[in-house]
Amino acid sequence: MADETPLLDELEKGPWPSFVTEIKKAGEKNKAAKDLLGVLEKSYKDRITHWKHGGIVGVTGYGSGVIGRYCDSPEEFPNAAMFHTVRVNHPAGWYYKTDSLRKICDIWEKYGSGLTNMHGSTGDIILLGTTTDNLQPCFDALTEAGFDLGGSGSALRTLSACVGPSRCEWANIDTLGLIRDLTMEFQDEIHRPRWPYKFKIKASGCPNDCVASIARADFTIIGTWKDSIRIDQAEVQNYVRNGFNVEKHVVSRCPTEALKLDPQTGELKVKSEDCVRCMHCINLMTRAIRPGIEKGATILIGGKAPIIKGAYLSWVLVPFMKLEPPYDDLKDLLRKIWDWWDENGRTRERVAELIERLGLKTFLREIGLKPVPQMVKYPRSNPYVFFDK
Amino acid sequence: MGKTDIGPPDFWDMLPEAIKRNYGTWKYHEHVRPGVLKHVSESGEQLYTIRAGSTRLLSIDFIRNICDIADEFCDGHLRFTSRSNIEFMTTDESKVEQIIGALNAMGLPVGGTGNSISNIVHTQGWIHCHSAATDASGLVKAIMDGVYDHFTDMKLPNHLRIAVACCINMCGAVHCSDIAVVGVHTKPPKPDHERVIAQCEIPTTIQSCPTGAIRRHPDANIKSVVVREDLCMYCGNCYTVCPAMPLADAEGDGVAIYAGGKVANARKPPMFSRMVVPFLPNKPPRWQEVVDIIIKIIDVYRNDAKPAERLGEWVERIGWEAFFRKTSIPFTEQHIDDFSHAVETFRSTTMFKW
Repeated sequence: MADETPLLDELEKGPWPSFVTEIKKAGEKNKAAKDLLGVLEKSYKDRITHWKHGGIVGVTGYGSGVIGRYCDSPEEFPNAAMFHTVRVNHPAGWYYKTDSLRKICDIWEKYGSGLTNMHGSTGDIILLGTTTDNLQPCFDALTEAGFDLGGSGSALRTLSACVGPSRCEWANIDTLGLIRDLTMEFQDEIHRPRWPYKFKIKASGCPNDCVASIARADFTIIGTWKDSIRIDQAEVQNYVRNGFNVEKHVVSRCPTEALKLDPQTGELKVKSEDCVRCMHCINLMTRAIRPGIEKGATILIGGKAPIIKGAYLSWVLVPFMKLEPPYDDLKDLLRKIWDWWDENGRTRERVAELIERLGLKTFLREIGLKPVPQMVKYPRSNPYVFFDK
Repeated sequence: MGKTDIGPPDFWDMLPEAIKRNYGTWKYHEHVRPGVLKHVSESGEQLYTIRAGSTRLLSIDFIRNICDIADEFCDGHLRFTSRSNIEFMTTDESKVEQIIGALNAMGLPVGGTGNSISNIVHTQGWIHCHSAATDASGLVKAIMDGVYDHFTDMKLPNHLRIAVACCINMCGAVHCSDIAVVGVHTKPPKPDHERVIAQCEIPTTIQSCPTGAIRRHPDANIKSVVVREDLCMYCGNCYTVCPAMPLADAEGDGVAIYAGGKVANARKPPMFSRMVVPFLPNKPPRWQEVVDIIIKIIDVYRNDAKPAERLGEWVERIGWEAFFRKTSIPFTEQHIDDFSHAVETFRSTTMFKW
């Protein structure tokens, strides 16, 4: 127990909302939350973490969804000696009705510390801090309320999507419907880890990539279009009339010089075959320019953080795929990738690292995709080439 | 045993009615003011979104309080963003000010839209993680206090995304952020020989090391491993597979600062963040040196960049040599890459600035 927290109290000052205030609020009602405050103050004093490696804890029938956590000073903080985390799969897009959020609050008041993350970095609702004995009843109550656990360990991690067509005019695919569909299809892959390492899927509706799918997902789905951007010339004139310098801010900043402002007519023209759909003009002239009509997605593979061979941004795998329910082509592609990776991957080897080790050429052959120039930045510069007999 | 594999609730049941009506038919949007978006659909219907900044760590009482606001003004619906902001939506323009008032009364700032600094994506840190080299929530609080006005304003050249990861596992995948703070260890792991035999699989532990620094203990009677300290770059991968290899150290742990990453494709392809400060010691509770450097970088960027230029695009245009000069951040041997993709970062042209 720690009633004095002079270091953490410093973090209740300043204009931004304070997480310390949140822990204190929870600590007034819950002993584990109160002890968490003590553990954290001790870390601030010692400049070191006081959490140990997790043990294996979970709920019946699942291999993932719960992260075991134990404090290294259980005598000092008996109520936080066990402080396991429950990952709860969020509804796609992170929309909630208040009655469902209140149900989660009630469950977590009963079975946990009363502290949450809304949300963890992969997208789950994180219920922070409970005991081994409370895990199963907490899970049972969650499923009664219509919620299920997310992924952890060497499993398919909780999938996430940008806001998509629910509130964005740039969505080229139904990110929410797609992620909902894939999440339901692959419940077994989420809940029962059996792969070399983790696998993440994220979907963004346009190349602005608001869920960072190219950096944070092994399997990256980014909405795009095949035809031309749509330009509303009357709205272009409105921008000009309102003093917006279309030439300076839009035309001259187009990375492929695909735009031209006709000096006579004031018409904004696009050379569609030169456009690489970067979104710059659309971002700046939301009322005048929109994506095209022939919509689909670019599928990319391999994005990940540095552990262990370095960070990767996903690489183009399928330049354009129509994405409509039941998404069979996409699911087939995913299953082929998983089979190959599961067969060839070493422990803790992400799919990008395996592709680097065995070669993109081998990977493409194994999953049955033909090489196209859109997959590479440059062709090779060295002469060391394998040819089949 | 209860139900299994039911999956998450269907998002459709969570959507506000106005969003169900206009799903897939939005026409354009506008930034009404910092923190307020207006989306207009093909049908002409308008939807206002009010975005509030919040901590990622929330008590259930806080969640109940924001539910009260959503019940009063938004027909019982709300949404979180991927950066832990909270969004309140209404078709009634007259409710916008009331919602902002209710949020401010709770101590929550409204902002984070357009050319602003939105909330910081971050990891668990000392709150909950065994491998944390720094705290995340405390750093985030200190940084957001320091850049608060950029959350409530939209005066930057473009939006600026900050991320904090408490170790180089980077659960927050901070490697493509405009500015990223990453917890780093700088001392090799210390194998606890008595625990290694009990808790670890020795071949897996040896294989986990990306630089081959871990070997079997030279004394065959000791079933453990040793670390070649000259090869260790403190990634902690061995500690993840073997709990008896702790590397946290009060003096050796601290943070590094990276800059210039982005994920959007706008104008230029996505970019990695690059190291700008290799190490600063942990100075809780407020990490003032870290906050000061971040503010310095932001100030130089906002005065120097062109409209719509992201931080990384600006640095690419002026050159990293100019970045280090303009920010007065020292360039050291640690800035030169010597890991897996190092040669891609060396300069092969005579074009550079003095």
